[in-house]
Amino acid sequence: MSTRLASGGRLLDRSKAVDFTFNGKRMRGFAGDTLASALLANGQTLVGRSFKYHRPRGIVASGAEEPNALVNLGQGPRHEPNQRATTTELFDGLRATSQNHWPSLEFDVGVINNYASRFLPAGFYYKTFMAPRPAWKHVFEPFIRQSAGLGKAPKDRDADIYEHFYAHVDVLVIGGGIAGLAAARQAGAAGARVLLIEQTAHWGGRAPVDGAEIDGMPAAEWVNDTVEALEAEENIRLRRRCMGAGIYDHGYVMAYERLGDHDPQEGLPRHRLWKIRAKQVVTATGAIERPLSFAGNDLPGVMLAGAIRDYVVNWGVSPGDRTVVVTNNDDAYRTALALKQAGLEVPAIIDARPAPASPLIQAARDLGIKVETGRAVAKVKGRARVEGVAVSAQAGEGAALQDITCDAVAMSGGWSPVVHLWSHCGGKLVWDEENAHFRPDVARPPIGADGAGFVRAAGIANGAMGTRDVLADADAQGRAAALACGHKRRKKTAPSAAAEEAAPLEPVWLMPQGAGAALRAKMWLDFQNDVKVSDVQLAAREGFESVEHTKRYTTLGMATDQGKLSNINGLAVLSQSLNEEIPQVGTTTFRPPYTPISMGAIAGEARGAIFQPLRRTPMHDWHAENGAYWEPVGHWRRPYCYQRPGESVEEAVQREVRNTRENLGLLDASTLGKILVKGADAGKFLDMMHTNMMSTLKPGRCRYGLMCTENGFLTDDGVVARIDDETFLCHTTTGGADRIHAHMEEWLQTEWWDWKVWTANLTEQYAQVAVVGPKAREVLDLMGGMDLSAGALPFMGWADGQIGDFKVRVYRISFSGELSFEIAVDAHRGRAFWDALLEAGAGFGVMPYGTEALHIMRAEKGFIMIGDETDGTVIPQDLGLDWAISKKKTDYLGKRAQERTHMTDPDRWKLVGLETLDGSVLPDGAYATAPDSNANGQRNVQGRVTSTYHSPTLNRGIAMGLVKHGPDRMGEVLEFPRTDGGKAAVKAKIVSPVFYDPDGEKQNV
Amino acid sequence: MLILHCPYCGVDADETELSPGGEAHLKRAGPGTPDDAFERYLFHRENPKGVHFERWRHASGCGKWFHAARCTVTMEVFGTYPAQVTEPPQEICDRITGKRPGWSWGAFS
Repeated sequence: MSTRLASGGRLLDRSKAVDFTFNGKRMRGFAGDTLASALLANGQTLVGRSFKYHRPRGIVASGAEEPNALVNLGQGPRHEPNQRATTTELFDGLRATSQNHWPSLEFDVGVINNYASRFLPAGFYYKTFMAPRPAWKHVFEPFIRQSAGLGKAPKDRDADIYEHFYAHVDVLVIGGGIAGLAAARQAGAAGARVLLIEQTAHWGGRAPVDGAEIDGMPAAEWVNDTVEALEAEENIRLRRRCMGAGIYDHGYVMAYERLGDHDPQEGLPRHRLWKIRAKQVVTATGAIERPLSFAGNDLPGVMLAGAIRDYVVNWGVSPGDRTVVVTNNDDAYRTALALKQAGLEVPAIIDARPAPASPLIQAARDLGIKVETGRAVAKVKGRARVEGVAVSAQAGEGAALQDITCDAVAMSGGWSPVVHLWSHCGGKLVWDEENAHFRPDVARPPIGADGAGFVRAAGIANGAMGTRDVLADADAQGRAAALACGHKRRKKTAPSAAAEEAAPLEPVWLMPQGAGAALRAKMWLDFQNDVKVSDVQLAAREGFESVEHTKRYTTLGMATDQGKLSNINGLAVLSQSLNEEIPQVGTTTFRPPYTPISMGAIAGEARGAIFQPLRRTPMHDWHAENGAYWEPVGHWRRPYCYQRPGESVEEAVQREVRNTRENLGLLDASTLGKILVKGADAGKFLDMMHTNMMSTLKPGRCRYGLMCTENGFLTDDGVVARIDDETFLCHTTTGGADRIHAHMEEWLQTEWWDWKVWTANLTEQYAQVAVVGPKAREVLDLMGGMDLSAGALPFMGWADGQIGDFKVRVYRISFSGELSFEIAVDAHRGRAFWDALLEAGAGFGVMPYGTEALHIMRAEKGFIMIGDETDGTVIPQDLGLDWAISKKKTDYLGKRAQERTHMTDPDRWKLVGLETLDGSVLPDGAYATAPDSNANGQRNVQGRVTSTYHSPTLNRGIAMGLVKHGPDRMGEVLEFPRTDGGKAAVKAKIVSPVFYDPDGEKQNV
Repeated sequence: MLILHCPYCGVDADETELSPGGEAHLKRAGPGTPDDAFERYLFHRENPKGVHFERWRHASGCGKWFHAARCTVTMEVFGTYPAQVTEPPQEICDRITGKRPGWSWGAFS
């Protein structure tokens, strides 16, 4: 059992008790505890169940690398799964529950998987795909779905708030251990603007725990002095609880600051995402200890040696009364010494090395600790926690030489530099034979915009071992980073530490090295995803030779800890299985973020109403107050229709169409794009932009125009009005305004840059109302101010003038087939004008109409709609719009493309109207079938529906579609199979697409 | 995330301010050109591992189009220049030669 020691714990404030619950059980810790240290202090060694085999699991590590101790935190809108107990600072009222078990943590039915483990080998998941199909559906999928996932997904909206920060610095130092502090100190001294970030709540990293001495004082003291000095500098900023999450191109760094996790408060941001641009980045990210692969290394009570030292020194926690230390290097001896100094028993140090000798080893012996060299842990004994270890020769196959009773095991397989951040943006690694780890290859750093490296690793993250080398390296990297930014103020003396003499590490990838199959099947590599030595060896035997393939096949390193503990051990086992050197096998790719960051932090303030801000017309509020049923159109919301009480959407649409045809309709057309094109060459330019001739348009007149891409396809349409000789106003579709404006600018700036043309997007400068229907002129005449008679303002003309109190520009254009005036007023007068029209129109039966009525009326008239009749593969010629394609022009965008054989192919599907024989509405997007099947056995088709509506005017279904040879087949009947699963196909006759007023008599009055 | 210097407004712009516009220095093939020339213009693009010339628009800035010469492997930027040219400026080419001797791209080297 683990427990709290009577004294000690350098991070604890024992005067402040903190109450929390774990699985509903009340527990008590102290201020300064992490959830992990508090759980251990309360004797809770079992904290979760493993992912696949549901094995009992305890805390392994003391930091971000922890694979096992994942818990659900909080509840309701603050519930969050998969939170690491080791990086969760304890606060009063914290509620944690364990994950991945049923019915309880202590008794979990899923542990049956453990006994079935020989049937759940590596690649089990993929192998299920090979089984007969029904087996997947009825056996494997339900089973896998049931066991997948660790914590519970939150159900409520997140109650917390989040924010983003932007920072620009010369030197960003990631990691606030002694290396980070030394680098920041030197970079700051040179005059650089420095930001130093540390992922934990404490400065100094491991050095104070390891008992280092710097500049003649204990490391903790040096750390305090240095932090104080750095805080006093104006050009240095320091942030704790701020993790460097990822490094990207050109010095872009994402950092994740946890502001409220340790101290939740209403109204303050919980997390903050930093978006940092740094000229130079120093990664002083430290190192992570590797586990050793011996049988039973996943039992609760087996922990990393460095972690046990942390718990003893930082939090006054005893991992157990008797701790066996097992190691292949000197560092674990520090753990043995720390345990002894805390008054705990260390029955033996099992050292895999044959005959190591160093002052540290001597110190352990001097304290009376038995040091067993050339020995291995053959297996750990115990079921739900450590009860003892069987010791064998490391050189052998695991025959037990002796059993040692113990309740904890401290293991150390050596230290691997944290090279994640170095690698994110392309930094390469070299294999360090001496220390058996990958470290940054300083000759191949991530490259910045200027072609030089912009990341420097510092300290142990750079492979410098021992306090003296760490400080010397970090100091030099800090100086170099500042110099690279052009800061060269005088240098401070580097901090110094005494050299440490250490016996060389000996790589141990299997313990014992000749372990048989039974032992290898109990050696865990990836604790979180339950990947064992035997799984990686099986993958190698089955031909997965690439480390990336092995990773995916076995899921090694694919859990939420991204293999922080397992990667090196896993690829060492793989390389041995393949009989290759470790550097030849290589590593998997390191990807950001370093540890998971919250979705809330990524979203920041962009949620709810400001996730995507809406564009509103000046009349938006009126629509909202009058039953608007909204339709998103680009970033706008437009009324689809205006529902009256008791009316369905469909009824409202039909009413609006009928009323517009019979009386008077108003449409808020403000969203239509309005682009001003001006200059001596404006006409010439629009001739290139449009398929038809715009340069011949007379001032005062309007012309419907089509725009194609250079690939020949129709991209937008709209009415162009010529304002004067040098000025045109181009209307675009609602969604097309910004795109078409950009399209114009692109051609003006990059192809015809010597043409005298300027463009401006005036879309939001004007409110525009279409006054539509047989009574349109009457209501405008009633308001008075300008002559709108057919003689004064004929169809397809425009005029400036006055209506009522409003300065207006009136376009006589019609998208409905009715008498129609589109009237633009200054945007700020839009709502007043709308209100005035409603008031004046009261006696004429005025009703606003929405986009669906607009769609139906245009379809009744056979007008195309960009996005319905076009889909990026349709050319104007397909739509019978040849009349709008100039034959006189030698060039326009798309002309060359439309000359290609495929574009002039008479077999292209062309626009026709479709009239169902039974009057029903054709299903949208339905295809007209043709006899026989194609080479792939699919039914041949000969056309498709592009727009389909119930027409209230004709009281029947009408549709438009593209049909092979369509215009030549008037009167033929096509069959359209239903898209809703109905059996009988719908029959429809090919007719003219103009269903209503084919001669245009109603609009031209 | 790239930073490119906008040669118009002088801003060192973050990639989020920019919109990419594909390959630079395309020569338009209009009506009357043979099919293969039009095909090359519209569809064929360089896909180099190394020196590349591309178009960018300072979309959330001054709105201007410019060209960037960049290494697609290391993301090193050799320079940016206005889009109103038919070939890269000599100064940019010289700079690339200094860093990537023997480079060639399309018709340029």
